[in-house]
Amino acid sequence: MKETQTIERKQESIVSATVISGAEAIVKCLLAEGVDVLYGYPGGAIMPVYDELYKYEAKIHHVLTRHEQGATHSAQGYARISGKVGVAMATSGPGATNLITGIADAQIDSTPMVCITGQVASHLLGSDAFQETDIVGISTPVTKWNHQITKASEIPEVIAKAFYIAKSGRPGPVLIDITKDAQIEKFDFEYKKCTGIRSYNPEPAVDAAAISQAAQLINAAKKPLVVWGQGVILGEAEEEFKAVIEKAGIPSAWTILGASALATKHPLNVGMVGMHGNYAPNVLTNECDLLIAIGMRFDDRVTGDLKKYAKQAKVIHFEIDPSEIDKNVKADVAVLGSAKQSLALLLPHLNINTHTEWHQKFKDLYAVEYEKVIKKDLYPTKEGLTMGEVIQEINLLTKGDAAIVSDVGQHQMIACRYSEFNKTKSNITSGGLGTMGFALPAAIGAKMAAPDRDVIAIIGDGGYQMTIQELGTIFQTKVPVKIVVLNNEFLGMVRQWQELFFDKRYASTELINPNFVAIAKGYHIEGQKVTKRSELKGAVAEMMACDGAYFLEVCVEKQGNVFPMIPTGASVSDMRLS
Amino acid sequence: MSKKTNTYTVSVYTENNIGLLNRISAIFQRRHFNIESLNSSLSEIEGVSRFTIVVEMTEEQIKKIIGQIEKQVEVIKAYYHRDEDTIYQESCLFKIKSDLLFEERQIQNIIKESNARIVTVNKEYFVLEKSGRRIEIELLHRELSAFGILQFTRSGRIAVTKEPMEISQKLASIKQ
Repeated sequence: MKETQTIERKQESIVSATVISGAEAIVKCLLAEGVDVLYGYPGGAIMPVYDELYKYEAKIHHVLTRHEQGATHSAQGYARISGKVGVAMATSGPGATNLITGIADAQIDSTPMVCITGQVASHLLGSDAFQETDIVGISTPVTKWNHQITKASEIPEVIAKAFYIAKSGRPGPVLIDITKDAQIEKFDFEYKKCTGIRSYNPEPAVDAAAISQAAQLINAAKKPLVVWGQGVILGEAEEEFKAVIEKAGIPSAWTILGASALATKHPLNVGMVGMHGNYAPNVLTNECDLLIAIGMRFDDRVTGDLKKYAKQAKVIHFEIDPSEIDKNVKADVAVLGSAKQSLALLLPHLNINTHTEWHQKFKDLYAVEYEKVIKKDLYPTKEGLTMGEVIQEINLLTKGDAAIVSDVGQHQMIACRYSEFNKTKSNITSGGLGTMGFALPAAIGAKMAAPDRDVIAIIGDGGYQMTIQELGTIFQTKVPVKIVVLNNEFLGMVRQWQELFFDKRYASTELINPNFVAIAKGYHIEGQKVTKRSELKGAVAEMMACDGAYFLEVCVEKQGNVFPMIPTGASVSDMRLS
Repeated sequence: MSKKTNTYTVSVYTENNIGLLNRISAIFQRRHFNIESLNSSLSEIEGVSRFTIVVEMTEEQIKKIIGQIEKQVEVIKAYYHRDEDTIYQESCLFKIKSDLLFEERQIQNIIKESNARIVTVNKEYFVLEKSGRRIEIELLHRELSAFGILQFTRSGRIAVTKEPMEISQKLASIKQ
């Protein structure tokens, strides 16, 4: 492993000194970091900052969500589609604790986010004051970094560090807790961007020897398989990645968070790996002679039983985070560094190849999956509507140009399996944490960051009701997101497991749902409900043609299952087709 | 890799920050590893703290733990060593009734033979300090137990490595 390189702290002055309050300094820091929108919810301990936001409202747009969790997911959606740092703000106590789910989600999915919380005045710390909670302690295990500010003079340096840490290397969430007295205190404000921290080496230097070993293995391989993850997207390495796989002719599969880094229709794209991924890349993981992992972390949902995962193959692991090397799967060659730099260095060493026979195996297994699963999902002949045909209808209209924001559960697996993507950063979903309620607020953030793109939230009837109050945010901001609820009146994924593994004992999974269209209309959001196949095409077209936000409820079959499936603890090659 | 567990001494060089102890201990807690001892102090480098943590686990496990520790933004570098690669000591204090020092001649011999040091003596009690390996401290504890101990406490391990720590030269060369 390469030794940590230490970087001298170099700072560049961008805002010169003036005497202002801590609260105003916070807003000026955000502006200096290029923040144009933030999501949050006011309260006692953060009021001085909100008072400044009022004054600066022409320069920075604060979006009032209906719950602090919604603020974090909106900030995440904003970050995931734009690559910029998302910002969320809340007051102390319950405001701060409500951020935790979103922070944990951002941590496990490596999403750059800065959360700013108000805190009781420093003389009250530890006294169990009103709305006091130890948010730094609570958030420690789920943040990349966190810090409490008790003096105004600390604000510029700490916020500069927060943005630098959130975005650099493997991104993640940072929480800055600021006591109310530090917000009120006046000081000489000067802002310098942070460009390095002595103890922190976000991007290990690429080792030329590792690149050459990797190239040798790739050039010698007869049956290579690439599995890429979000590292390609976070590292903005899409072009370098495409050049590498095209030159070496390697079939390439994606993790759920890697989706859209390579166009769905690219001939080398062989689909998704993992529990509900595609049949060919899962099964052939246990037949390849070389597994090339790029910016992915061998999550258990990807690997199934590690003891039976790609044991026959040599493994190359391209990864920016040294702690991921050998964590789950032992790497024969580890290439540390950013995907962009590593893949650019790798390209000239690669031989041109096509691996035609090996490709044929993917096509053959795709044909099997198509017959047994895909055809039934996308072009069903039975009466009930399937989730897959809804996604297919959306594909036909958007032609793969939309960003799809999915929640968690069956609809998420179907959306990720079948959505077509032409552009990177188009699949926004809660992968690692599996946070129900993610999609609606995340779609708000995504649409605000990319107003020119169609942003479609695909949500189940369960998850929708976890953050349904964000319809209020949509109404108030008029953000034109499209909301599709695939309603099977069940917590579908849990019900599927109950059917398959718990003898159909459907404990607490059936939902008696309200009139969703009426609720949307209560927020003045246009919408309709579809119950028949014949209505689907027209309804999707109407949704896409609508200028404003739109709500579409599709009543799908109640007891549909997602296949293929790797049951928990099984090997990737034991994937079930039914 | 071997499933055999060993005692490892983990040395973590860090920036001095209030929250870091929590971050580091949480790494062990989350994976259900018991920390046998943990000591935090200055290091040989000005402004850099050094944690000395003793844990029992397999080498595969300790490697992963080191990766997780080094991932923390304010950790400069973390190392792990086997006992044979370090010089390590613990320290302990015994508080004992002063009468015994004069009534039980044997105690004076025990103190002499164990290389323990009398820190203070007054009419009521005396305090004995002993630094050394765990086994020496345990032996002394057993011997003195027979006479009655008013209070006993033992520190965590502190250790230096036999080989040079490369961190020292590297960090020394960094201009703050």
